[in-house]
Formats: sequence, structure tokens, C-alpha cells
Amino acid sequence: MKIAVCIKQVPTRDWQPRLNDAKTWIREQDATYEMNEPDAYALEEALRLREKQGGEVVVCSAGPARVAQVLREALARGADRAIHVEDDGLGNADAFVIATALASAMQDEQFDLILTGLQSDDHGFAQTGVILAERLDRSHATIIMEVQVTGASLRVKRELEGGWFQWVDMPLPAVLTIQSGINQLRYATLKGIMAAKKKEIRKAALLPAAAGATKSRIVALYPPEKAKQTHMITGSPAEAAKELVRRLRDDARVIQ
Amino acid sequence: MILVIGEQRGGKLNRATWEAIAAAQQLSAAENNEPLTILIAGANLDPLGDELAAAAVQEVVTLAAAALEPYTPDGFTAALQAAITELGPSTVVLPHTYQTRDFAPKLAARLDRAIITDVTAVKRVGNDAAFVRPMFQGKLTADVVPEGPAPHFITIQIGAYRADQAARGASPAPVRRMAAAVQASAIRQKPEAPFQEARQAVDLSQAERIVSVGRGIKEQSNIPLAQGLAEALGAELAASRPICDAGWLPMERQVGSSGQTVAPKLYLALGISGAIQHLVGMKGSNTIVAINKDPDAPIFEVADYGIVGDLFEIIPALTTALKS
Repeated sequence: MKIAVCIKQVPTRDWQPRLNDAKTWIREQDATYEMNEPDAYALEEALRLREKQGGEVVVCSAGPARVAQVLREALARGADRAIHVEDDGLGNADAFVIATALASAMQDEQFDLILTGLQSDDHGFAQTGVILAERLDRSHATIIMEVQVTGASLRVKRELEGGWFQWVDMPLPAVLTIQSGINQLRYATLKGIMAAKKKEIRKAALLPAAAGATKSRIVALYPPEKAKQTHMITGSPAEAAKELVRRLRDDARVIQ
Repeated sequence: MILVIGEQRGGKLNRATWEAIAAAQQLSAAENNEPLTILIAGANLDPLGDELAAAAVQEVVTLAAAALEPYTPDGFTAALQAAITELGPSTVVLPHTYQTRDFAPKLAARLDRAIITDVTAVKRVGNDAAFVRPMFQGKLTADVVPEGPAPHFITIQIGAYRADQAARGASPAPVRRMAAAVQASAIRQKPEAPFQEARQAVDLSQAERIVSVGRGIKEQSNIPLAQGLAEALGAELAASRPICDAGWLPMERQVGSSGQTVAPKLYLALGISGAIQHLVGMKGSNTIVAINKDPDAPIFEVADYGIVGDLFEIIPALTTALKS
């Protein structure tokens, strides 16, 4: 079974945002980066499927040169090889550009299954996997919590809202977007890190058709406006705790 | 014309449809009262058509075919592609539900048109309508302008508009039946009936007070600390998704878009950063308290009271203060 996993490199969770001069994007050079968490779950699911079914896991990413770091990490965790659509302009590209770039880089590979995270921690569009499915004319399902493969058919557990689920059957080849928590992540071993150094990262150029696929433009980026007046309580832990209890009892009246 | 695509399951309207209608009405007012149409797709839609006709809109369209029940992304994309081509809207507004996330990007890609997801507000920038949405897990907000020819697809974040804000008409809007041209043979997904994993033993929606833990709790062995505080407060213990993913608390205690939606008198968030998927599940709470080491955590934007500091010092102090 030939499986592709699309991964994105995003700023780390504890990164403090700084904006560029035009205030339309972040200062990318100030950010520290990591693998988008839902994509890490997609990678883990692919590795588990390969363990059961045999085959190959290929990680794919569209981004600037820095993206090689997360591809190398995925190789260290066990992916067989990588494809990198490299272009400096991809750092803030929208889902159409990323999906079109990935689709053209993957076109000749004939993957049976393509996995990706349900959304990215940067844009949070939740679009790329679904647009990719359309561009490659594959069946798809989103927000998946279990994957079963039998021969050429696929059975997946799709998460609905509010604690509901649904099983969906479909034929391979297909695209799935994976929900966080589908499995327990593994981390790279020293042996894996050493082995990753010898694995191939194939570079692909961003084609003009993909670069021109953009359909949105950020005209302003800013810290969120506060929905509420927040009373910040300061002091030592004991003082702050006492003051909070007083306020909850006397002002908000939510405890006795 | 602005087209709202509603959502139903088994003949029951998803309330988020009314939120999308409220958003579309606001957009219409900003665009010189551009006419509004509501479309609902599925099978056996007459009762839903009548329900939606109460909205202050120009027309309701029911797009019906046997092959549209149950929902599949292939079926909905094919049917809506044809309907949108016929209706020719300038903007298509949908609620940002899991179902919308499943088909709307495919539909937009099929038509090769812009789609802006998870929108919380509409504003004007020069001659363009700009759509406001969270980015970077809620750390920043962006004004985004769709590019290229119409229609542009916009999905509205759940809870960003209130269903009761949607204006009702003086008399019911006309309902037009449209037959969907979709063949069952063209649908690749075969869905089964929805189910719940286990009967929900805990109904957090009924809790008066909730203590909720997030990544800041660091380790499973620290959960009893939060449990102790919950007991002192007479509160139910809940968590954000990563805690339940890790198995530190059962899934049934998860608050957020994939878990329960709660609105207690008191919601105390311990070490929860406030990603939008969590906020949509709890921002209706009466009084929100956030305790977090990061002063810039988005959770403070919805909090009434905030303490910046170390959970492992503040939780015990709070438990002590409540007991004295």
C-alpha cells in the first residue's frame, strides 16, 4: 500500500506573535517551528497502516526551505521518503495554492491513500485535504478517528459534532483528513534519526499554475479584540486565590 | 443575490443555519440590501422549507433528490454545483459545521472559487467586503478578502452570530422546489447511521459549575489537584480536547466543538490556552475564570477574571481559600 502524508510546518504553541511592517503577516524569521499537530497524528496513522499492510509512506510538504526540518523529523519517525515543493513564497500561501502545489507534485505517484491533518494550527482553514481530493479526483472523508483497510476498500470512522460518530465506506484511492487523538504518537528514536539522514527528500518546484491559484488575501492581521472586560487579579498565589474567591462569592455570586 | 446553504440531518434543521442567516442578513445590509435566498438540500424537505420561510428573505429553495439522503460529500458537491450555477449568487454563506467542512472546500474547488472559512464578522475595507477570522489558534485575527470571480464561499463560525438575531419576515417567504440532478452511482461514500460511542454518563450541560483543565496541567498525575479544586467548588471536572486525546480524562468530559457545549454559572479554565475549538463550547458561560501562565493566552479574551501564574501554586491556594 502506497500512502502519502501531507504535513505542514507551523509556529510552536508557545510562540509569541510578532507582525511584519505591513501588518499583513507574521515576522516569519522570529518564529520557532514544529510539525502541525493533526499532521503528526496523520503520519502516525500512516506508519501503523504500513506496519499492518506493508508498503511505503511518503511525506509531502509545500513550503519554504525551513520546512525540510519537519520532513526530516517525519523520516526519523519512520516515513520512507519525502517530497518538498519548495518556494519562499509558500510561507503564507492559502489552501488553494498549497493543495494545487501538492497535487501536481503527487500526480505521478499513484498513491492508494493520502492522509493529512484536519486543519493547520496557523491558518486553520480546514480546506487543504478536501481541495486536494477534488484536484486529484479522489473520494474523501474528513475528521477521521479510525481507519480500516481491506483490499481495495476503506472503512473510516468520521467524527460528527457533540460526541457523535459515523462509519463511512468508500473505495481506494482516497484522501482522509485525520483528527487529533486518533492514535498515540511515537517519537523518533536515535536509530530513526540516524536512518533519516540517508533517506531521500525529492525537491519539486512550485509551478506557476499553483502559485497563481491563490484566492484570498489577508489585508490586516492584529491581536484579537477583547470580548469582555477582564479583571486581572494579582498578588502572591495565596493573595490572588483569596481575592478570586471573594469576587466569585460577593461580586459574581456564583459560589456560596 | 446572497445564498445561504442551511444544514439538516434526518429532517431536523441544525440551529447553526439561523446563525448563518443572521450573518448573511448583515452582509446583505452592507451590500445595499442585496436579496437573500436560503437553500436546503436533502430529501423530504417540505416541512423544512416552511420552517425556513419564516426568515426575512426573498426566497427559500428546497433542493431535493433521493440520492442526497443521507449526506455525502460527492452527492452534495454535485447537486450544489448545479444549483449554484443556475442561481448565480454573488456570495454563498454556510455555517462552519463539520458537514460544511466536509464538502464546501470541494464545492469551491469544483467551481474554482474562493472560500473563506471560520468567519466571525463582516466588515468593509475600501470597496471590498472583508471577512474576519481567527488565525494561529486565536492568537491573531485576520481580515481576509476573497479574490477572483463570484461566487465567494463564506463559512460562519458557530456561535459568532446568534440564531435569534436572524430577522423574521412579516409574511412567509415563497418556497421553490428544485430537483437535484444527482445520480446515486456517482456517489463514492457509503455512510452508515450516526451513533454515540457510549451513553453519556456525565451531562456537563446541566452542571452549575465546571473546573476545566488544559495542556497546562502537564501530566496525568496532576489531574487529582484539579479534582480537589472541583470538589471544593462543588463543580464537575471537564477538559479541553488534548487532555481527553491523551486519555487523562474520558472523552465524555470534553468541552468544545467535538465535545459538549456548556453554559454553567461558573467556568474555571486551568491551563487552557483558548483555541477556538474550545471557546465555542464554553463562551456562553455566565462567569469565566482563566488561570494561565501565558498573559497573552486567548482564553483571557473571554474571561471575567484572570490570574497569570503557576497553576501548581494557585490551584492549592484556591482549594485552601475555598475551604476556609
